[in-house]
Amino acid sequence: MPQYQSKRLVLAATTLSALAMVTALSACAGGSSTAATSAASDVKAVGGEITSTGADSLTVVDPWVKAADTKAGMTAVFGALENTGTTDVTVQSAKTSASSTTELHEMVMVDGSMVMQKKEGGFVVKAGEKHELAPGGDHVMVLDLTKPIEAGDQVTVRLTLDDGSTEDFTALAKTTSAGEEKYDDTDGME
Amino acid sequence: MSRRRLLLGGGATLAGGSLAGAAATLALSEPGPDTASVVTAEAKGAQVVPFYGNHQAGIATGAQAHARFLALDLKPGADRSHVQRLLRLLTDDAAKLTAGRAPLAGNDPEIPALPSRLTVTFGFGPGLFDAIGRGDHCPDVIRNLPAFATDRLEDRWSGGDVLLQVCSDDAVPLSYALRRLVRDSRDLASVRWCQTGFNPARDSEPAGTTPRNLMGQRDGTANPASDTEDFGATVWSDEPGWLRGGSMLVFRRIRMDVDTWDDLGRPAKEMATARKLSDGSPVTGGAEKDDPDTAAVDGQGFPVVAAEAHVVRATARTPTERMLRRGFSYDDGPDPDGKPDCGLLFAAYQKDAVASFVPVQKRLAESDAMNTWTTHVGSAAFAVPPGCTEGEYIGEALVG
Repeated sequence: MPQYQSKRLVLAATTLSALAMVTALSACAGGSSTAATSAASDVKAVGGEITSTGADSLTVVDPWVKAADTKAGMTAVFGALENTGTTDVTVQSAKTSASSTTELHEMVMVDGSMVMQKKEGGFVVKAGEKHELAPGGDHVMVLDLTKPIEAGDQVTVRLTLDDGSTEDFTALAKTTSAGEEKYDDTDGME
Repeated sequence: MSRRRLLLGGGATLAGGSLAGAAATLALSEPGPDTASVVTAEAKGAQVVPFYGNHQAGIATGAQAHARFLALDLKPGADRSHVQRLLRLLTDDAAKLTAGRAPLAGNDPEIPALPSRLTVTFGFGPGLFDAIGRGDHCPDVIRNLPAFATDRLEDRWSGGDVLLQVCSDDAVPLSYALRRLVRDSRDLASVRWCQTGFNPARDSEPAGTTPRNLMGQRDGTANPASDTEDFGATVWSDEPGWLRGGSMLVFRRIRMDVDTWDDLGRPAKEMATARKLSDGSPVTGGAEKDDPDTAAVDGQGFPVVAAEAHVVRATARTPTERMLRRGFSYDDGPDPDGKPDCGLLFAAYQKDAVASFVPVQKRLAESDAMNTWTTHVGSAAFAVPPGCTEGEYIGEALVG
């Protein structure tokens, strides 16, 4: 199992100021899983033995990536992970065509601030359910951008599941400021 | 009592109309409390026009109640990769929005949820062809639409590299669709002009009724019906190459001098077109779809139909002169002196504008009784690519 750091990252309004800290985190980039592809966890027998993988039941709906320049140096991939199977699947790591460093992140509220941190154990997509990756929530973090991602670009993404199977998809780049808002938790907010 | 009648009236209309797929339930009005008389039908807002197909939607689609035509100019220095990115974004947005879904990165699914036959149709102006290095693929008539003697064109209503025609029976999903499309084009293009048009409300008259324009005329009588061979032969390009299955759009902003028109006597109004205002039928008799009898004479031997009557001049004289007129009225409100600013957003789709719009408009510029009250103040011509399948973007065969 990969090591997870519990170090937390405060998401700044302009992600720029967080760059240094993100870079510090990038050493633990999720690589490819070493689990065997013939996972026993999701074997179905229908008129004979058919082995299916987690990726067989995982669909990525409406994937997109936030356009970003190299000054920001990082961005995120969003979309909905849909598990049409009868067994839970876990996304353990991701890779993209945009950079060499990718992490699975979640957003949590700590002391009144939304902070981004690595998702311990990856993204678990329960059988028959949908797991949203969205600004302000879970996302695939793309770090160390060496060239900009411009609106309309396509980024290919490979998710690796806990059984070693992989799911590839293409994310369209969109310009948005989504997820950059700050929440003021001072008194008076309803 | 009046309420019950209204509800039953609705039910009768539904039963008579085409209700394919719509879940209509009619609780017949048995003696009992009024609340038992309930007619529910799948809301029209849920109606979807498929985006993907051989042809783009929004052409054969019956004209919706609302339209916006918006022209984009590519940013200076735009090249093929910029155009690819733009079309990829806009195609994806259009596919989702017309299906009643939020675009990627949009988190307001409620606003586009009832698209009300929303369509998004794309056209390409000469600047797009030049940007991708394929200036020679632009039909000459699109690049060099002839000037006509009666033109009074203004730059602010003319030209453009990319046209978005966005139509819906509901102005709310239309507004949302346009704002998201424009937002996604902002990195790559600027807005050249935006023109807003409308037709009579959906179902204000039985389906298939030719709509009235702001002069009160039935406008579009000569249009081919969308499900006919005639329609295809009139509208769709059959040239081998990237435009096959596409079309050409000539878009004109035609200002109406409605102040003068309103004061004109009805006989003069009807003489100007040779059709009756009431039902669009020829002044010489017959039904709406009939041509006026240009040989008819009155009791004193004078022709009933003036040689310069609009319909006489505008009617196609050869099959290739036919067009689909998919127009919308516009009304941008009166000026400070109370003078109206309204007219027609004339949108003519045709296989080849050289054979259709150009000769017809040349004839109208030479002589047309309606020229007294109408002035062309804007003009733009676009090549309209064919439709696409999921995974492709509009214009991919041209842009690559």
